[in-house]
Amino acid sequence: MSKVLEKEILEKESAGEPKQEILRVTDLKKYFPIKSGVLQKTVGHIKAVDGISFSINKGETLGIVGESGCGKSTAGRTIIRLEEPTEGKILFKGKDISHMKEKELRKQVRREIQMIFQDPYASLNPRKTLGSTIVEPLNEYNLYGNQKQRLERVGELLETVGLDSSYSNRYPHEFSGGQRQRIGIARTLALDPEVIIADEAVSALDVSIQAQVINLMQRLQEEFELTYMFISHDLSVVRHISDKVAVMYLGKIMEIADKNSLYEEPMHPYTQALLSAVPVPKKHGATQRERITLKGDIPNPANPPKGCVFCTRCPAAMDICREVQPILKTKKENHSVACHLFE
Amino acid sequence: MSDLLTIENLKTYFFKKKKVIPAVDGVDLKIKKGETIALVGESGCGKSLTSLSIMRLVPKPGGEIVEGKVNLDGVDLTKLTENEMCKVRGRDVSMIFQEPMTSLNPVLTIGEQLIEVIINHQKVSRPKAREKSIELLKIVGFSRAEEIMKDFPHRLSGGMRQRVMIAIALSCNPKLLIADEPTTALDVTIQAQILELMKGLTKEFDTSILLITHDLGVVSELAERVVVMYGGQVVEEAPIDSILNNPYHPYTDGLIQSVPSLTGEIKELHTIKGNVPSPDQFPKGCRFAPRCHKAFDRCFNEHPDLKAISDSCSVRCFLYEDKQEEEEYNV
Ligand SMILES: Nc1ncnc2c1ncn2[C@@H]1O[C@H](COP(=O)(O)OP(=O)(O)OP(=O)(O)O)[C@@H](O)[C@H]1O
Ligand SMILES: Nc1ncnc2c1ncn2[C@@H]1O[C@H](COP(=O)(O)OP(=O)(O)OP(=O)(O)O)[C@@H](O)[C@H]1O
Ligand code: SF4
Ligand SMILES: [Mg+2]
Ligand SMILES: [Mg+2]
Repeated sequence: MSKVLEKEILEKESAGEPKQEILRVTDLKKYFPIKSGVLQKTVGHIKAVDGISFSINKGETLGIVGESGCGKSTAGRTIIRLEEPTEGKILFKGKDISHMKEKELRKQVRREIQMIFQDPYASLNPRKTLGSTIVEPLNEYNLYGNQKQRLERVGELLETVGLDSSYSNRYPHEFSGGQRQRIGIARTLALDPEVIIADEAVSALDVSIQAQVINLMQRLQEEFELTYMFISHDLSVVRHISDKVAVMYLGKIMEIADKNSLYEEPMHPYTQALLSAVPVPKKHGATQRERITLKGDIPNPANPPKGCVFCTRCPAAMDICREVQPILKTKKENHSVACHLFE
Repeated sequence: MSDLLTIENLKTYFFKKKKVIPAVDGVDLKIKKGETIALVGESGCGKSLTSLSIMRLVPKPGGEIVEGKVNLDGVDLTKLTENEMCKVRGRDVSMIFQEPMTSLNPVLTIGEQLIEVIINHQKVSRPKAREKSIELLKIVGFSRAEEIMKDFPHRLSGGMRQRVMIAIALSCNPKLLIADEPTTALDVTIQAQILELMKGLTKEFDTSILLITHDLGVVSELAERVVVMYGGQVVEEAPIDSILNNPYHPYTDGLIQSVPSLTGEIKELHTIKGNVPSPDQFPKGCRFAPRCHKAFDRCFNEHPDLKAISDSCSVRCFLYEDKQEEEEYNV
């Protein structure tokens, strides 16, 4: 075992206290109606999120991976209650917020769970200076006393994310992509959130800038004991930043585990295919997994296959897979999988 | 093997109001027959513009090739008339873009689009062109090729559209295929299919590929040599193995080390401080100097040249000046 690892484990053990659960999601569903005809009758549903369950402990990062359209963003948006859940529970610090009214949400939850989006530019008003953009949420929630104190806080926030506090008079277009993403993070931090849902927060950035933002997010996590739900299609980035990782496919979680367990001993055939598909830079010592090529495309979420949703592309599919839907079950310590191979 | 493409001192500038933007500023590049070269570098460094210059598709008005040669199989493309160039496009060089939807015609079926390209460039009958189209769709992995011929682009997924684009690009057996971020918009499992396909091309048809990508994994998979660009110029050129394991230029080194790995051994990511400079504000000395942790006095005052430091590696950096002199003595 490496020295660093050993030290980490010792630290964890000596810290002693059991990790505190901050967010729990049970059997969460989000269906979008498909409307048709002049009367806009509902003719079916897109099952964007179809019964997912997981929990995150305070100060930890849960990574969510999966291919385009599998429901990652919808899951994030539903948890933060930008979407009304169709079914299921969202427990935030033990409180059920799944059907809380907007007024209550604003009072109790909105400040504490924040979201960072892929394109920070879209969420920054081009006609407002950074200062007025970041001070906005402080005004809205009436925080930090008077305007002067709020502006001081803005300066502090900018410095926290590695920008000069004098930038607060500038406009978004004067900044690079990486800087704008930092501004987005500064604004997110303004309300002292406990949980941050980052949806493809670094995906649009160049690698050298991406590295700056990832390091920043990790530093802030340590400093403020932040909890992250980190949504990304980049499996390497997710491994780097997460403690636990969930793999989604067609609205469902196929596998969820501690990151090392998931990346080193993936059990679900989909996870295995996904990991094997990532091209690895061939540095000395790096090995490419033997590639499992999947045939075909992801099925339509309005009409998912019967049985296991992966059965149409699964190289290991058996008869039962086309009939019975497998349930996510714990198979090893901190490692759950939904697949008939392990029944 | 002979060189198929030789670019010498290519300069493509934009002229905006009173500003001159040296977006591509003296690029040299060589591709042999059947070889795949990767062009890497951060957003805005001039990768796409280099490839658009080869195709003579530099955005107008404002953009212009101001200097340099683009030699394809003995013909300097910069000297051709627009009419002559039209014949070269598709026949000798084809290009596939990041977003296939924007380059497919939404109101024509896949079959109509393929047939049209083939008839435009080759003297064949319609039925022959149709036959060839189906064959091409099979090569790019469609088992139901006849049905795909009748489909419209919007009915296909991103990966399928990209495969159609490749089929169109291949329809006239180009000598050079330029692929600008061909898999960036695709999921990894679909990307794997496309990479497999592109690998087959070089083997089967001896096509040369200029691959533009920011993904070093993709580079590893396809390319033999890598050209690293920074600020409109080539800063390092070397075999992939050398780039990944023994990068010379401090920028290349930083780039390699800022990528998280799938095997998760890196604890803290390396970062390159600062931001990519915009082309109208390049610093006076080495363009990388303000971000370089090895920069010394000379780097801020003089501009380094791209120099060969061995048979297969060139680098634009003062750190290796000695090495160049040594080599010169040795010969
Ligand atoms: N407002 C909406 N109305 C109808 N369908 C929607 C809506 N939002 C999302 N969907 C559908 O739900 C499914 C899941 O979408 P979602 O955006 O959550 O996927 P994702 O995993 O985030 O994908 P990506 O990686 O492309 O961002 C998709 O099929 C999408 O088309
Ligand atoms: N039409 C234009 N007018 C002015 N400047 C332009 C124009 N098109 C490109 N540029 C500039 O030329 C430079 C090179 O652009 P190019 O598209 O080649 O970059 P790239 O390396 O392909 O980047 P990316 O990875 O983002 O695709 C950029 O700095 C860009 O701002
Ligand atoms: S020339 Fe100087 S500044 Fe430029 S890369 Fe080399 S060491 Fe760094
Ligand atoms: Mg999304
Ligand atoms: Mg480009």
